Amino acid sequence: MSLLEIEKLSLDIGGVPILRGVDLSIGAGEIMGLVGESGSGKSMTALTVMQLLPVGARASGRVTFDGIDILSAPEQAMCRLRGDDIGMVFQEPMTALNPVKTIGEQVAEGIRWHTGANRADAEARARTMLDRVGLPEAKFPLSRYPHELSGGQRQRVVIAIACALKPKLLVADEPTTALDVVLQKQILELLRGLVDEDRMGLLLISHDLAVVADMSDRVTVMRHGEVMEEGETARTLSEQMHPYTRQLAQASMHVPARRGGDIPGHSAPLLEVSSIIKDYPGRRASLLRRQEPFRAVDEVSFSVESGQSVALVGRSGCGKSTLARMILALDRPTGGDIRLLGQSLAGKSEAALRPSRRNMQVVFQDPYGSFDPRHKVEKLVGEPLHLLEKQPGAKERREMIAAALAEVGLSPSDMEKYPHEFSGGQRQRISIARAVITRPKLIVADEPVSALDVSIRAQILDLFADLNQKLGVAYIFITHDLTVARAITDDVMVMHEGRIVERGRTGDILDHPQSEAAQALVAAAPDLNRAIARRLEMQGRQAGL
Amino acid sequence: MTAYILKRVAIGIVTLVFASIVIFAVLEVMPGDPARLMLGINASADSVETLRRQMGLDQPLIVRYLHWAGGMLTGDFGKSFTYSSPVRDLIIERGVVSLPLALIALFLSAVIGIPIGVFSASRRGKAADTAVMGVAQLGVAIPNFWFALLLIYVFAVWLRLVPAGGFPGWSTGIWAGLKGLILPAVALALPQAAILARVTRSALLEVLGEDYIRTARAKGLPRRRVLLHHALRNGMIPVMTILGLQFAFLLAGTIIIENVFYLPGLGRLVYQAITQRDLIVVEGIIMVLVASVVFINLLVDLSYPLVDPRLRHAR
Repeated sequence: MSLLEIEKLSLDIGGVPILRGVDLSIGAGEIMGLVGESGSGKSMTALTVMQLLPVGARASGRVTFDGIDILSAPEQAMCRLRGDDIGMVFQEPMTALNPVKTIGEQVAEGIRWHTGANRADAEARARTMLDRVGLPEAKFPLSRYPHELSGGQRQRVVIAIACALKPKLLVADEPTTALDVVLQKQILELLRGLVDEDRMGLLLISHDLAVVADMSDRVTVMRHGEVMEEGETARTLSEQMHPYTRQLAQASMHVPARRGGDIPGHSAPLLEVSSIIKDYPGRRASLLRRQEPFRAVDEVSFSVESGQSVALVGRSGCGKSTLARMILALDRPTGGDIRLLGQSLAGKSEAALRPSRRNMQVVFQDPYGSFDPRHKVEKLVGEPLHLLEKQPGAKERREMIAAALAEVGLSPSDMEKYPHEFSGGQRQRISIARAVITRPKLIVADEPVSALDVSIRAQILDLFADLNQKLGVAYIFITHDLTVARAITDDVMVMHEGRIVERGRTGDILDHPQSEAAQALVAAAPDLNRAIARRLEMQGRQAGL
Repeated sequence: MTAYILKRVAIGIVTLVFASIVIFAVLEVMPGDPARLMLGINASADSVETLRRQMGLDQPLIVRYLHWAGGMLTGDFGKSFTYSSPVRDLIIERGVVSLPLALIALFLSAVIGIPIGVFSASRRGKAADTAVMGVAQLGVAIPNFWFALLLIYVFAVWLRLVPAGGFPGWSTGIWAGLKGLILPAVALALPQAAILARVTRSALLEVLGEDYIRTARAKGLPRRRVLLHHALRNGMIPVMTILGLQFAFLLAGTIIIENVFYLPGLGRLVYQAITQRDLIVVEGIIMVLVASVVFINLLVDLSYPLVDPRLRHAR
């Protein structure tokens, strides 16, 4: 009998149907991958198992865990299960821990609650668990607070909380989505180790087919609250019998058609960054003494030709966003110079920067947070127009906005709408329309597709490629996702601890990385084809035995 | 941490200096000559002039300010024209009524308001929540002097549990003194408690939507424990801020309540001093009020890092 058995689970929240007849089962020691795009009901399925659904949710069907009927279990019985027999890990490690309690308290709390152990015993067990998830006592005593840890370290604490009592089932909802690829690999390996050692069942929820292919024994594909396909991972993902599975797989490996990155003529470079430095003042250690300043960007030099598409890749905290902010003249460098079209940006007043600002625009990661919700699209897209030398009249202005919207595949009538009326992908189109309206020569895009579902991501990548072709605009793509870099850029720059450690043609670097940092990134990057091949090979070996 | 404390203290001192300048300047430019007021309308110009010189009113503003501010540093607040006694003695005499009154009211406000807010948040959207918040809304809306009259009617006139007004003085015993202060303290505290209940409720509801609350629930903790052990401490920051502001209100805003209960407190003193143009008294009392508010807010600022470890390394 399976550890967790979900049969014909349907769920509605306030009358809106969320799940329709979901079937899913997990055995002890088994990893079940649950994939689907946002809104497909993956998280709601997980929260149903935990019985942590939002107010107003009504579930029907059967959910059996270890012989217990979850849907009809009273709250007290669920409290005994949660954190003891079923653990859960969440997506956002930065906010998943209580900021006012030490990590020791937070790990020990569940142990004390479930086992009635005294403080000393519970803390000893918490210590053992933290050691096990890779947070040794010497660097991570129990008295640490969450804000003293990085995202990856916090996720380890969350895993320690979830696994402290050796649960039979662990539910992990996008546990690595917010982390960079190297951390992702470490966390996934940690989870796999826990599964192997404790014969724990794992429900691994992810939007990333490659991660699921790499990790899970079986996979369930969901869409619009329904299960599309379920089966053994390697077979399901390699044969791609179901059209939706095929569509997901293709979208996740989509490469837009681009004219090979030939750089037209060797005139002066569009952007020239020379020996740029950024220091942040150190934390005050005492009244009179500050710690050494932190060097976020360390003597970085590079240039970008017009029309060129360059990826800036690196782990989180390597300084890539700081570098981007200085290129956009949003932050002042501590030293060095940045020239756009021969004009220096360093140390200029806001007024003097205007012509340069016209020539460079930005697209941010989060299409939800980067618009004022009270402004109409017309105002949002038209915002950079104040940078123009000659201010357009009202009619001309509307025409320019309509043209920009048309360029990104939206309708001119969308001008009258508010941001909340659009989906995530459409909102990212609006940010791109805002970026291209002044006809810039350079667009800096900070993780522009990492918040998007794979099929939407493919469309947005196509749009970027298309605009690159049509308008000849150059890109700097900041990303930790190497598939994005491969899809859309000519050159890759690898950044590590504030320095650019490697630069070259995208294909060369991703296939034959030279520096240690680049090798680590490439090795950690999930890859669907490689993962499937590895699984098939593993199965072949087992069958041959 | 030391830097944080020193910075807060420095901000407090700067605030006091600015406050003293503003208080002095405003009261000095107010119309009405204290010397003339003291001597009456029929006094001769000569005698008014003599008195002005005696009081130092003929000196330049800056000299008078420095004299006044320097005096306060040594505990000399000057001498009242109307009471002809040192302002310091007046403030101490009245302060022993007003300060306990404000503190008792603050205490009542906290012990009534915070638990009600917690209760209401734990039953969000249910009948109990709606009822409690309805009453709290009423509490915010009712003027405290009207409520004070109601209290006097019920507890003093009808039940005869406490005196209807006046203050017997601490010399008659602590219990007698407290009996005189309890009704005014309740009248002052209830509207504040209602505000505090609403603030506590909304702060808690905001915290209850945080990710770490879900983590705590996923540990198997029941709602109640999550609310008390995880949400409450995080929700306390805005509540502490409001408490600090309430103390300011309770200390300075007692004029009406002291009049209703006929209490010899600072509020009544400052009211009388204003009507009699006894400027030196007004200035002294306001400075003391400002200083106590600055002090309480300093305490609030210094207690933030105790609640939130992230602030321990701030600045």
